[in-house]
Amino acid sequence: MWVYVARRLLLSIPVMLGITILIFAIAHSLPGGPLAMYLDTPTMTHAEIQHLTVQLGLNRPLYDQYISWLGKALQGDFGHSFVDGQPVLHVIGERLGATVELMLTAVIVSYGLAFVVGIASAVTQYSVFDYVMTVLSYAGMAMPVFWLGIILMLFFAVDLHWLPTFGMFTPGVPYSIWDNLKHLILPATTLVVYTLAQESRYVRSSMLEVLQQDFIRTARAKGLPERAVLYRHALRNALLPVVTVMMLDFAFLVSGALITETVFAWPGMGRLFFTSLQQGDYPVVVGIAVLISVVVVLVNILTDVIYAVVDPRIQYS
Amino acid sequence: MSVATTPEAPLERDLQISAPSLWTRLRRHKAAVVGGTGLALIVLACVLLPVILHVNPDAIDFLAFRAPPSLHHIMGTDDLGRDEFVRVLYGGRISLLVGFLAMAIGVGIGGVVGAVSGYFGGSVDFLLMRVVDVALSIPRLFLLLLLSVTIGASVFDVALIIGMTTWMYPARIMRAQVMSLKSREYVVAARSIGASSTRILLRTLMPNSIAPLIVNGTIQVGQAIVSESVMSFLGYGIQPPTPSWGNMLTDAQTFINTAPWLAIFPGLMIVITVLAFNLVGDALRDALDPTGQRGAMGRKAAKEA
Repeated sequence: MWVYVARRLLLSIPVMLGITILIFAIAHSLPGGPLAMYLDTPTMTHAEIQHLTVQLGLNRPLYDQYISWLGKALQGDFGHSFVDGQPVLHVIGERLGATVELMLTAVIVSYGLAFVVGIASAVTQYSVFDYVMTVLSYAGMAMPVFWLGIILMLFFAVDLHWLPTFGMFTPGVPYSIWDNLKHLILPATTLVVYTLAQESRYVRSSMLEVLQQDFIRTARAKGLPERAVLYRHALRNALLPVVTVMMLDFAFLVSGALITETVFAWPGMGRLFFTSLQQGDYPVVVGIAVLISVVVVLVNILTDVIYAVVDPRIQYS
Repeated sequence: MSVATTPEAPLERDLQISAPSLWTRLRRHKAAVVGGTGLALIVLACVLLPVILHVNPDAIDFLAFRAPPSLHHIMGTDDLGRDEFVRVLYGGRISLLVGFLAMAIGVGIGGVVGAVSGYFGGSVDFLLMRVVDVALSIPRLFLLLLLSVTIGASVFDVALIIGMTTWMYPARIMRAQVMSLKSREYVVAARSIGASSTRILLRTLMPNSIAPLIVNGTIQVGQAIVSESVMSFLGYGIQPPTPSWGNMLTDAQTFINTAPWLAIFPGLMIVITVLAFNLVGDALRDALDPTGQRGAMGRKAAKEA
């Protein structure tokens, strides 16, 4: 099995290199170059910009810059932010917690609900409940996540005044978990609805497929109570493909979280990426994009490995 | 089975497209009728209504700034006193145009890459599929935003950018199709009479692999409309004063306290349109492959906006 893991990791190296090359190349072809933000700064003279260009090595050929960037990045040095001079990893690290808080909440709630809704739909196929859930998930899948956020904000924050419109804390008020949670509800709900629409369908179709199989008929025929048939026989077999697809949806979830953060001014990595892009702070932009993409690749490998380990039918030679 | 591997699974039988029977099957499909009718209505309204009504999307009603929906302005007016309904119609033209264009670009690139990859195999295939892996590993929002800063924000630019971030799905579908077809007798026959690789690809393999691409393309149009709206909402897509459903929502958040209708209507149009495309896509798949499973909508392939 370790051979399989090693081979997967080895195969992912060209993909990870490709990711860094692609992101690096796009970021460096931004109009005005990486120092575009300084060109409009009246206090910067032409000579100073020249000096900075040489100092940062931006006058060297692109492949040369890439190689030295990669060399440092492999040692955990992603350069320094143009805006405040802090190391990129430090800047990202400050925002990591907020993103993790949002994504983790959303994942736990939406995947949990996906199983409840998906199983209930599958068991009561073609019932009113199943029909309503199907319509809702079709609508959910057609909905841009930012619009869903705006509508929730409009309803629960603007109209009903139940919840705060944006941010992570109330400014000027001492920190309290309750305050944080109140701010979390709307962005997390947005992300939950966005993922739930998709994930509950996976659970439903996987359950339906398993429920048609012979061993389920056998289990029922030998007189097992329906609960045991559902949870001990059907769900266990339906679980694996569902979990796999859910994990493969990680990149999709990340995009959703990033957009949700910008709508609710949630101070996470998505918002940081967006503001850095606007400010032309390209070391941060490249750092975030590369790090998250690498995490996506690792999650995909982990998914395959788990699948191979858990499912005895799969041979990982 | 897992949903994620479905697009790559080689199709055992040839998908048949015969126009009359396809039409009959679609007419019996409830989702197809609902989705198709909705889609036709939206497209017709966006294309024809502005011409019939003789309205200007930039016309300002000086008596109605941020006026709520009324008989005079059925969707209200925006902060500059422009009629929201008229702008939704014009915005729809842009959003639909971007959607179709982006789909054509994405399916075009993907179709060629997939066909070449599947036909030649070997190191060409390995290399191209690693490129696909790379493009799929970067969360799409990053690519969309980075590319739009680099490339630009015209209607064509936006469509090109979206196409550049979605070609991987049709590429995988096309590759699987070509791989399953290339050893068939009629392909071998074509090669035996001396047809070149290009000719075999263009005249024999690609036309016979088109059915699943049509299904994917239909759904991609809807997804491209969502992508456009995300880009425009964040300020990197279609630039004002040209209205698109996405950029109409940019200001909506600013005026959410005073003019909530500005946030509702363009978004509602996106939902209805994308829903219609998804329904038609699902129905097409069912109709093209009547023995297959009914669409579960849970295709990762087309989503990930």
